[in-house]
Amino acid sequence: MNEPLLRISALRKAYGSRLVLRSIDLEVAEHQVVCLIGGSGSGKSTLLRCIDLLDVVDDGTIHLGGTELTDPRLDANLARRRIGIVFQAYNLFPHLNVLDNITLAPRQVHKVPRRQAEESARELLARLGLADKAHDYPERLSGGQQQRAAIARALATDPQVLLFDEITSALDPELVGEVLDVVTDLKERGLTILMATHEMGFARQAADQVCFLQDGVIREQGTAEQVFTDPRHESTRRFLSRVLER
Amino acid sequence: MKHETTAELDQQANPQDEQYRPSERQRERERFRRARQRRNRWTASLCTLVSLVAVAATVVASPGWDRLHSRFLDGAEFRKTFPAILDGFWLNVQMFLIAEVLILVLGLLIALVRVTRAPGLQPLRLAATLYVDVFRGVPTLLLVFLVGFGLPALQLQGTPSQPWLLGVIALVLSYTAYVGEVLRAGLNSVHPAQRNAARALGLSESQTLRRVILPQAVRNVLPPLLNDFIALQKDTALVAVLGPLEALRVAQIKANYDFNYTPYLGAAALFIAMTIPLTRYADRLQRRAAQRTWAEAGQ
Repeated sequence: MNEPLLRISALRKAYGSRLVLRSIDLEVAEHQVVCLIGGSGSGKSTLLRCIDLLDVVDDGTIHLGGTELTDPRLDANLARRRIGIVFQAYNLFPHLNVLDNITLAPRQVHKVPRRQAEESARELLARLGLADKAHDYPERLSGGQQQRAAIARALATDPQVLLFDEITSALDPELVGEVLDVVTDLKERGLTILMATHEMGFARQAADQVCFLQDGVIREQGTAEQVFTDPRHESTRRFLSRVLER
Repeated sequence: MKHETTAELDQQANPQDEQYRPSERQRERERFRRARQRRNRWTASLCTLVSLVAVAATVVASPGWDRLHSRFLDGAEFRKTFPAILDGFWLNVQMFLIAEVLILVLGLLIALVRVTRAPGLQPLRLAATLYVDVFRGVPTLLLVFLVGFGLPALQLQGTPSQPWLLGVIALVLSYTAYVGEVLRAGLNSVHPAQRNAARALGLSESQTLRRVILPQAVRNVLPPLLNDFIALQKDTALVAVLGPLEALRVAQIKANYDFNYTPYLGAAALFIAMTIPLTRYADRLQRRAAQRTWAEAGQ
């Protein structure tokens, strides 16, 4: 098999005395969608934050396309340019309209000329069904629209891998669908996505791989079909029965 | 079916972590980080030293250095005048402490009046707005003159005549306008949902204000509030123009008498010594607030 796009091995992260990730091993191949599931506090978000170098890892390595991201000699800003991340709380910049939110990084970081950046941004917005919202400010948008704008912002720099951190958790149930549809669309376009999610139905239907996190390790990992229909671990079974009974 | 939260489930098997040993890669990383830290510390020390030497050399080499040295940095003059200045400084401290309490109380009143929406308080609201507009606009020194010389000239019954007290009144008038605005910003910074939540629990308007809104408001504006008080500490020296024997006035008298400016430096040192602790305290509060914001944004 080819070298995976994203390779994480023996990753460890503690906040003070609280050990969140004990030893995480995970590989994400190009064009794959990998879903992280697990209880709150199981370290899904921490793992994503470590990959985007928003937190400094305590041990282990993360490789992205042959570059070691956890190398302290590496310029974190350069590494982050290759990664797109979308947060649970959208984190759009409230002082910028949607178009400026999206073109900020292409123009400031990648030095794309304004006209060209805006053209690509408008294409993105059209694809995500936000063509008429380009000049609206985030506060004027619904949660689903804000989150789609945030996805557009992450896509605007053409990242090699997308990290989604529970991007539907802050949304009303009726708005979850529109955001997940976008993710499905991205998957069909062949993007590489690593997402933490509580949407089991979506994980089951869209993920190439599902990883169940508990106690700082990946307890179980496999195809969506295998993890959901035939979990090998007792703890996975208990977790699934608790979240699926609702 | 037994219901348990996912958090409970996670805590059941607390990670046994005794066999963990840092990997060779991690040890190498830490060595690199330590080396980089050492390098950074060296660079910082070196840059500081070089700039200090450069500044000192420029000053000492300047043609007027000898004159400056004897006029401003006269050790004997310093020893001779400092006790009297320190004595005067005590008056600054008193003025500051009295003014600070009054400013807090009055500033809070102004802020509260300006944020309430009770229709009956409209005249008060107008008065408060006018007050802030006027007294924030007038230079503090001018205000000290006006109150110091104008108030006694009115010859009203019961107006104080001690210059230092008049000075305190002027400072209170000026700073209450600032502090009132800072506190008002704080009151407005508390999210409306907090008021709704408190009212929904049955708290009255005033209970809501006292128990829920005000504590959060003060916490939000503590750094700018301290900033104003630091400014107030040194602005007590403006009262010197009215003649009370506070630090600057004493220094002025001594300087004129001996034709030596060293006493001014003594007074300056005292003002710095008093403001630094408060400045550091403000820094610390700001750092803690920043950490709080980080903790909320984290994970």
